[in-house]
Amino acid sequence: MLYREAGQFISHYRADQRLFRLRQDRIGFYLLLASAFVLVPYCGNDYWFSAILIPFLVLSLAGMGLNFLTGYAGQLSLGSAAFMAVGAFSAYNFNLRVEGLPFLLSILLGGVVAGLTGVIFGLPSLKIKGFYVLVSTLAAQFFVQWVFTNFAWFSNDSSSGVITAPPLQVFGLDLSSPAGRYLLTLTIVTALGLLAANIVRSELGRNWMAVRDMDTAAAVIGIAIPKTKLLAFAISSFYLGIAGSLWAFTYLGTVEPHGFDINRSFQILFIIIIGGMGSILGNFLGAAFIVLFPVLMSHIANGLLAGVIDAGHLENFQKIVFGMLIIGFLIKEPNGLASIWQTFRQQLRVWPLRY
Amino acid sequence: MSFFFEVLVGGLLAGVMYSLVAIGFVLIYKASGVFNFAQGSMVLFSALTFVSLLERGYPFWLAFLLSLLIMLVLAWAIERWVLRKLVNRSPITLFMATLGLSYIIEGLAQSLWGAQVHGLDLGINDEPFEVFGLLLSQFDLFASAVAGTLVIILSIFFNKTRTGIALRAVADDPLAALAVGINLQRLWLIVWAVAGFVGLVAGLLWGARLGVQFSLSLVVLKALPVLIIGGFTSITGCIVGGLIIGASEKLAEIFIGPYLGGGIENWFPYVLAMLFLLVRPAGLFGERQIERV
Amino acid sequence: MNTTQPLPPPLLQLEHISLSFKAVKAITNISFAVQPGEICALIGPNGAGKSSLLNVINGVYRPDEGAISYNGETLHIMQPQHAAERGIARTFQNIALFKGMTVLDNVLTGRNLHVHSSWLEQVFNLGRAPQEAVRQRKKAEEIIDFLDIQPWRNSVVGNLPYGLQKRVELGRALAAEPKLLLLDEPMAGMNAEEKQEMSRFILATQREFTTTIVLIEHDIGVVMTLSNHVVVLDYGKKIGDGKPEEVRQNPQVIAAYLGTKH
Repeated sequence: MLYREAGQFISHYRADQRLFRLRQDRIGFYLLLASAFVLVPYCGNDYWFSAILIPFLVLSLAGMGLNFLTGYAGQLSLGSAAFMAVGAFSAYNFNLRVEGLPFLLSILLGGVVAGLTGVIFGLPSLKIKGFYVLVSTLAAQFFVQWVFTNFAWFSNDSSSGVITAPPLQVFGLDLSSPAGRYLLTLTIVTALGLLAANIVRSELGRNWMAVRDMDTAAAVIGIAIPKTKLLAFAISSFYLGIAGSLWAFTYLGTVEPHGFDINRSFQILFIIIIGGMGSILGNFLGAAFIVLFPVLMSHIANGLLAGVIDAGHLENFQKIVFGMLIIGFLIKEPNGLASIWQTFRQQLRVWPLRY
Repeated sequence: MSFFFEVLVGGLLAGVMYSLVAIGFVLIYKASGVFNFAQGSMVLFSALTFVSLLERGYPFWLAFLLSLLIMLVLAWAIERWVLRKLVNRSPITLFMATLGLSYIIEGLAQSLWGAQVHGLDLGINDEPFEVFGLLLSQFDLFASAVAGTLVIILSIFFNKTRTGIALRAVADDPLAALAVGINLQRLWLIVWAVAGFVGLVAGLLWGARLGVQFSLSLVVLKALPVLIIGGFTSITGCIVGGLIIGASEKLAEIFIGPYLGGGIENWFPYVLAMLFLLVRPAGLFGERQIERV
Repeated sequence: MNTTQPLPPPLLQLEHISLSFKAVKAITNISFAVQPGEICALIGPNGAGKSSLLNVINGVYRPDEGAISYNGETLHIMQPQHAAERGIARTFQNIALFKGMTVLDNVLTGRNLHVHSSWLEQVFNLGRAPQEAVRQRKKAEEIIDFLDIQPWRNSVVGNLPYGLQKRVELGRALAAEPKLLLLDEPMAGMNAEEKQEMSRFILATQREFTTTIVLIEHDIGVVMTLSNHVVVLDYGKKIGDGKPEEVRQNPQVIAAYLGTKH
């Protein structure tokens, strides 16, 4: 009843092509945004901002980055964290070495450098396919980590390559409080999220999916495969680079190269598997899952099973459950949580009927 | 010059160890088209099981047999609950499933046997000895001998036994193999069990050298460049690829590393494999596919 | 029949094309010409080299020898993308649609060479991008109307029945507004009714869009009614070339089809 579309006629292609076709969806989205920007900063506490909401937002953004490359363009990657590291360390250096460079511009430039790095490591994908691309992204993963650990210049000669967040000043506002950092992250993620929704519905997004589904046919209908693939690497790494900066500056405050190791890359891959490959919404659902699940597990362990399970066991147990969830999703719901949400929405539309 | 050769031979012998992990990969890839990321955790799991049994006072041969049995059960479980449910899915999906699998196996291994490092002594004296003026590690030589034996056994298995021939048929065309009455599920079980056996051998050798610990499961990543260079479908390729990676990464570390601040063997194999791909996309021994549309 | 009138220059001309895979010769020294506006059928037993020939024409395979001239231009080495840019579109024997995308999106990908906005404009949906999106959508909808597939516009292609997929694939090719359309067994696996429908679409394409068509088909009945020109291949060699009625009389063709000794 709530979700009825009767009486909503679409009479222009432009209206048909917008992000939310149904009025209810649009209203819901605006309400969500309004509460995220207004309500949450008033109600939330520091723990929620710092330990849940900010990492959730940053990981959603990183998920988007990987999803462009893997979910949309079909190129498997195990090097996401490398591009995050490039973003963070570049932004840090831009801010450090260019006098008076605004914080937001540093992050943006960091993203651009990450994007260019992505293009370089994407070059082999022009000659090779499938699993072979993995080796290129692994090369990125290990090479980048090595560079930032080994050359102290990148971390301004700090010990073990640690970098620290520059002052979080945006248009004269000091955003270093937890709520401020949350709002800053939220603004950037919202903007890039809307842009992402735009990209995947554009010609470029369609070309990515065409290359993913069947590259020979894509070439035959005239899609420029090299350009399409490299743009996937570039835009994906740009998003990952921004996510890396946010991870370092608004979430952690200080980070070392080790914080962007291969386990981070796995984590981001899991976000898109659980959330849904080829879906923008899926990144948010997957990130929420990845952030909340361990919290939930430790609450259960501390509450119900206090004293029965120690921390080491809990970690192993978490790993096992995660692995099982991934396999479970791949078997039962290969399009992830996003697809469960779609099914739910469909049921809502026809409720109280079955179909 | 003799130092150069020492590094070279040392690298070649270390490369054999990579080959061992890569062979497990190739077996599974050939038979089921699955790029098994969990091979590394299988190495860890088997070695950890073996060493834990040994520590509990089991004799060597019994511990070995029991570990093998456990790997067989694992293979059975994987075939039953993962592979069978994912028949006809894309290779990427299967790869991701093995990623999940590696999490399960690692978690399982550590919650069963604990996360501490175990020393493993295979009773081989690792005194370096001299051949033609070169100092060689006795242990490395032993490892290569084991790898060589394993390769011979496997090639006899593949070329002479009925099961081996059926396996090659499945690798060639699973549907056709199914049509002539080959039991695909049984074959997958066998091949995963054999990969588990290879993993156990690799795990013992790696474990004896590095200690049985979590980082063993990361050896899997180094096997990837080996596969790329050797080609995904060739056991010979594994050996040659392993030797190339082993030798070149040691040489690069010793002779180029100092100019770059060291530690380059972490990424050198991948970059080498990447460059290699640009020249020979199918690897040294892989087959080039003609695309039919 | 008037034979004195000079023929217009052919749209497509193959000269002495040969192709082999490793040791197997797929095509041996084949030459023929396709006139603008005609429907040319390639027929021959399985393995005669028909699909390979199409793959050579649009650059998926590179011939070992020979030259292709198209629209007055001689092409020695062609990439699939270059062929598409010159107005050659194509469907495949085993449907090569983008299975994870909707019917509409598949048809829209066929328009990609008519998109002029840059990727940056598309990313930000600024400049030429928004108007263009509407314009391309209109064109795609025209094709969807033409092929009568409106109800499935937003269905994911991989879930559609075979016959419909074939039609969507034709739609994707037509969306490119091709000068030359290569159809690889457009009616394979269809029942009589579906074949008739597909034939109608092919004829309508030739008539309404003045597209030149080269098609591969096994159903001789369909070939004889559809085509203006038939080329017969057997074991990678050309054994017949001419009007349908001429080819039907050709003893070599009869031999190849009925299995008489050569």
